[in-house]
Amino acid sequence: MSKMTFAAAIRDGLAVALDRDPKVLVYGLGVPDPKGVFGTTMGLQQQFGSRRVFDMPTSENAMTGIGVGAALGGMRPVLTHQRLDFALLSLDQIVNNAAKWRFMFGGKRGVPITIRMIIGRGWGQGPTHSQSLQAWFAHIPGLKVVMPTTPEDAKGLLLSSIFDEDPVIYLEHRWLHNLEGEVPPGDHRIPIGSARTLRSGGDATVVAMSLMSIEALHAADHLALQGVHCDLIDLRTVRPIDWPSIEASVRRTGRLLVVDTGYQTGGIAGEIVARIAGSCWKDLRAAPQRLAMPDVPEATSQALTEAYHVRAEHIARAIGQLVEKPVEFASLAAERRHPHDVPGDWFKGPF
Amino acid sequence: MNADLSRRLLRDMIRIRAVEEGIVTRYSQQKMRCPVHLSVGQEGPSVAVGAVLRPTDLAVSGHRAHAHYLAKGGDLPAMIAEIYGKATGCCSGKGGSMHLVDERVGFMGSTAIVGGTVPVGVGLALAKSLGAGDDIVCIFIGDAVLETGVFYESASFAVLRQLPVLFLCENNLYSVYSPLSVRQPEGRSLAGVAAGIGLGTSSGNGNDVAEAYDLIAAAVAKIRSGGGPQFVELATYRWREHCGPLFDNDIGYRTVEEFEDWKARDPIAAFTARLFAVKTIDDKWLAAEGAAIDGEIEAAFRFAEQSPFPEPSERFSDLYAA
Ligand SMILES: Cc1ncc(C[n+]2csc(CCOP(=O)(O)OP(=O)(O)O)c2C)c(N)n1
Ligand SMILES: [Mg+2]
Repeated sequence: MSKMTFAAAIRDGLAVALDRDPKVLVYGLGVPDPKGVFGTTMGLQQQFGSRRVFDMPTSENAMTGIGVGAALGGMRPVLTHQRLDFALLSLDQIVNNAAKWRFMFGGKRGVPITIRMIIGRGWGQGPTHSQSLQAWFAHIPGLKVVMPTTPEDAKGLLLSSIFDEDPVIYLEHRWLHNLEGEVPPGDHRIPIGSARTLRSGGDATVVAMSLMSIEALHAADHLALQGVHCDLIDLRTVRPIDWPSIEASVRRTGRLLVVDTGYQTGGIAGEIVARIAGSCWKDLRAAPQRLAMPDVPEATSQALTEAYHVRAEHIARAIGQLVEKPVEFASLAAERRHPHDVPGDWFKGPF
Repeated sequence: MNADLSRRLLRDMIRIRAVEEGIVTRYSQQKMRCPVHLSVGQEGPSVAVGAVLRPTDLAVSGHRAHAHYLAKGGDLPAMIAEIYGKATGCCSGKGGSMHLVDERVGFMGSTAIVGGTVPVGVGLALAKSLGAGDDIVCIFIGDAVLETGVFYESASFAVLRQLPVLFLCENNLYSVYSPLSVRQPEGRSLAGVAAGIGLGTSSGNGNDVAEAYDLIAAAVAKIRSGGGPQFVELATYRWREHCGPLFDNDIGYRTVEEFEDWKARDPIAAFTARLFAVKTIDDKWLAAEGAAIDGEIEAAFRFAEQSPFPEPSERFSDLYAA
C-alpha cells in the first residue's frame, strides 16, 4: 500500500496496464503534454513510447471510432477527454458502434475500449465544462459506466475497465483528483458492478457516487455524532448497478436517499428510487428521496453556483428529513474554510 | 492605407492588449473566477477584421474571444463584468470569459467547445443569404478547428450554397500545449486544405496588421460581390499560457527561442515603428491614446467590481422563453 492522490492512482493504473499488456494504448488531447491531463498521464509516453501513448488532433468523434476499430483489431485503447463535455462530439461512435458492435453482429466480437471523461464543477467551469451526464451513458445497453470515488477505486476500476471485454465509460470528477488515500500496488482490480459500503448504520440508506459520496461521507459522520447512523453506499458503478447491496441495506433501514452528481430529471437517482420503490415496497418506512443537480445548466458566476451545488450540509438536511429527526447541519457549511466553488485550497483555477 | 485607418488599427491593437494585460494584473485576486484565454501577441487579425466588417455583419468565435468581441465593437465594461460573474455582464454572469455576446454590434456569440460555432456561423450566413443585402458572417477559428469534422461539413455546405462566410483562421501553431506536428501531417498548409473544399483562400502574416487588413478586405469584397465563402489564414503567436494569465515557456512544450523570435515580431511594436517612420503618429498621439485607453479600461474594471452579483434566484432563469 502507498498513499497517493486519485490522479496519481489513475496514472499508476495506466502504467500497470501498459506494462502488463502491449495491446494497451493510451491517447487523448494533451496526454503527453507537460501537464499530463492533471497529472494522470504524466511521463507515460517517455516510459512506454509514442506508438502506444500519444496526443491526438481535436477530432473526438473520429478518434473514438478509431479507438473502436483498434479495439476490434485486438488493442485495448484508453481514450481520455479533459472534460466530459468534449466527448459529446463522439456520441455517435460510442452509442452506435462501441455499444452495439457485439450485439448487432451476433456476438462475434466486442469492443474493449475505455473512455475516460472528466467532470468539472465550480470556479467558472460554466455551462459546457461541468456536465455530469452519467445517466446518458448508463441509458445505453452495451455500455458499462463506472464512477470511482477513492484513489484505490480509481486505480482498481480503471484496470478492470481496461481489461474488460466491453466498452466502459470511466467518469472521474475533477474535484477528486487531489483526494489522497491508500492504494495497493500492482494489478489491483476492483470489480465493475460492485458498490462499496463506506459507513454502516441502521437509520437510513444513503446511496451516492463520485464526488457526492465524499460529501455524503461528511454528512453521515456529522450526523453520527448526533445519533443518526446511516448506511452509506458508494455506487462505484452506475451501469450495471449493484442492486443486491442497495436492496439489502434498504430492507434493514426502510429509508432511502440517493445523491447524484447529475441533473435530477432522468437521472441515476431517479432510476434507483424507482427500482427500490418496486423491489422493497414492503420494507419502506418513508418515501424514497433523491438529491441531484437542479434541472438547469451550471452557470459560470460564483453567485449562481453557491445555491446550485449539492454539498454535505444539504445532504445532512435531507437525511434529517428522511429520518424525521431534527438535525444540525449548518455547522458543516460554517466550518468550510475554502470558497464554495473550489474543492479545497489546492484549486486556484483555471480548470 | 490612409492615416486614419492606420491609426485606428494601431489604437485597437493597443487597446486590446491593454485590456488583456488588465486581466493579467488582477487575475490572482481570484475575483475573476473563470478560465481566461488571452490574445496577447495575436491582436493583429482581430483588429484587421474589426476594421473591415460593418456593424450589420455578424461574427462568432470560440474560447479565445476577448479580442474578437472587442474588435467587433463589443461592450468592454459588459465583458469585464461578465468575467467577474456580475449581473451587468454581457451574459448576466451565466457565461463567463468563454461565452461572450453583444448582438447590438453583430457579435452573436463565442462558445467553449472547439468548432462549436462553425456551423452556427454558416447557419447565420444561410439566414443572411435568404434576405436582402450583402452582409457577411465572420467565423473566427483557431488552427485546431481544422481537426474537427464539423469544420469540413460546415465549410462544404457553405461552398455548396455559396454562402457569405469568412473563415478567419488564426494559426498560432498550438492547441493548448500540442504543436501542429502532432495534429497535422508535416508540410500541410491549412489554407491548402481549405482550398480543397472549394473555399477561396489566402494566407499571410497576422502580425503585420496592414497585410492582414489587405487580405481580409480583399476576401470580404469577394464575398460581398457573390464570390462565395473565403478562408483567410493568418500566422500569429500567443505569448501567454494557453489558459490563464502567466507565461508558460518554462514547462517545455515550446522553446524560449521560438517565443523570443515571435515576440520580436510584436504586431504592435512593428506597426508603431512603421507609423512613426512615416509620421502618421508621434509621441503625443501615442501618449494621448494610451491615456484614453487606460482611463477607459480602469473605468471598465471599476464598473465590474462595483456591479452587483446576480441574485441567486437567477440560476433558474433564461432556460426557456418566458
Ligand atoms: C471539442 C473540444 N475538444 C477539446 C477542447 C479543449 N480545448 C480548449 S481550447 C483548445 C485548443 C484549441 O486550439 P486552437 O483552435 O488552435 O485555438 P487557440 O487556443 O490556439 O487559440 C482545446 C483543445 C474543447 N474546448 N473542445
Ligand atoms: Mg492554436
